[in-house]
Amino acid sequence: MSAIRAIQAVRSGRIDSTRVRAVVRKEVTDYRRNRFVLGTMTVLPILFLANPIINIFTAPTNVSHTALDARVGSTMLFLLLVPVILPATIAATSIVNEREQGTLEPVLTTPVRSEELLIGKALAALIPAVTIAYTMLGIFLLMVKLFAHQQVADVTLEGPRILAQVLFIPLLAGWAIWAGLAVSVRANDVRVAQQLGTLASLPPLAITALMAFNVITPSFRVAVLFAVGLLLLDVLAYRLIAPMFDRERLITARRAK
Amino acid sequence: MTATMDDPVLVVDKLTKTFGSRTAYSDVSFSVGRGEVFGFLGPNGAGKTTTVRSLGTLITPTSGKATVAGLALTADNAVEIRKRIAIMTEAPGLYGRLSVTENLKYFVGLYHLSDGEQRIKKALDAVNLTDRAQDICSSLSKGLRQRVGLARTLLNDPEILFLDEPTSGLDPVAARGVHDLITGLRDRGVTIFFTTHRLAEAEALCDRVAILNTTLRTIGRPSELREQLFNRGLVVTTATPLADPARVFTGLPGVEGWEPDPAGGYRLAVSDPAVAAPEVVRALVHAEADVLSVGESRHSLEDVYLELVNEDVEANQR
Repeated sequence: MSAIRAIQAVRSGRIDSTRVRAVVRKEVTDYRRNRFVLGTMTVLPILFLANPIINIFTAPTNVSHTALDARVGSTMLFLLLVPVILPATIAATSIVNEREQGTLEPVLTTPVRSEELLIGKALAALIPAVTIAYTMLGIFLLMVKLFAHQQVADVTLEGPRILAQVLFIPLLAGWAIWAGLAVSVRANDVRVAQQLGTLASLPPLAITALMAFNVITPSFRVAVLFAVGLLLLDVLAYRLIAPMFDRERLITARRAK
Repeated sequence: MTATMDDPVLVVDKLTKTFGSRTAYSDVSFSVGRGEVFGFLGPNGAGKTTTVRSLGTLITPTSGKATVAGLALTADNAVEIRKRIAIMTEAPGLYGRLSVTENLKYFVGLYHLSDGEQRIKKALDAVNLTDRAQDICSSLSKGLRQRVGLARTLLNDPEILFLDEPTSGLDPVAARGVHDLITGLRDRGVTIFFTTHRLAEAEALCDRVAILNTTLRTIGRPSELREQLFNRGLVVTTATPLADPARVFTGLPGVEGWEPDPAGGYRLAVSDPAVAAPEVVRALVHAEADVLSVGESRHSLEDVYLELVNEDVEANQR
């Protein structure tokens, strides 16, 4: 399918939600029985939640507001690593794994469109990643509210900071998924796909790091502007990746002529 | 149900596919009637799977045209064509961590079919897997997985069912099960296009066969192909060699020639076995030969296949 056709398919609303749901259901059922995915989904959030909590509770209170701000910013950046790394790992293996197991070709013989398959796989990676990340954020904020020193709590619970976290979690996950899927449709090996997928998902974190380290002062306006930027990046990534899904190349490892 | 060529469900016209400088198949033309079981034979690398993938809209042909289930084989029709057909790939490609039913449910969703439960039940009944519906697919034997793969192709009631080497790697009992399924589907009027290396199964199951070796070498009913390629003949076996076989066989009505059979006995080329056989028997009795048997020589589809493929090998060596 040419790039123009793929984009036309999306624009004309020919995406069948039943097929997308079928892909999501199958993927989620498969994850639940996959020890590697389950292990990653369990261990990674615990590690990435423990570190910020320790960091916040050991923060000195006799430092300047700027120093405390920087510490809180870097701590909360940790919470954004899970919605980046987790879905990137899952998405990066989702197509190449099916190729290796021989399950992709039977799927492609059905009426499912490339866009439906990609959206289904993206949602299946997005839903658990965002759920886990919001749960982590909730637990972290609750712990800070209940047990942290008032000075630290005041800095951590600033409105723009929380808004940025809430907006950035799904948007960063979205970028990570498209980056992972882009790697997955091109890669021929699962391990290479995992490594490249994780690497490709990291660049947008740099933007959030600028806010975390107060290079850009966090405010509601800045948080929303960056969120809109990330959203545009996600849409652009999807539009670039959908045409990369070349059925002929995926089946024969040769590009369609 | 009998197949009819008045109502072709698959028409292929000069289809060619190249990958760079390599030709997968070239200038392939044939048509398949509704309800026909059509065998597609050829050696490894002959282009059989690529042809099936092309007709299933997975691969774009380089040139030529085709009509699949009433629709022109174009990118615009790809989704609609895939709704009307089903392809069973050589490996069944099941999700090992999902149960048989979960695998089938996934495909019911991909086909966007209503009454999914009923369809799954019907498909499992057809392949005798109802009692294994909840089994996890990784625990199934290869034969059972193949049957799940077949059940999956029945979900959408396809007009054309493409089976790519459906008995590959199966033991004879499991292969027999697949044969019975194909026969059952033919009786229900499903058009079946299947590739195979097993020539005996093609001969037993197919209304017509085509032999592909990058180009289409021949097409027709197995009996027609035998007659096209081989002279009709009689095989005579005697307890002891004839003293003067030339005197016995030469000049008999309907007998065009004879030669000793390396396996013992004699092979006679005849114009019509029904005319020649009584004459040969009379001549043998007259010659006081100890006749063990007189029968029509049978060339199998395998003989036809080997004859054509060997021609290609010899041509390539020249």
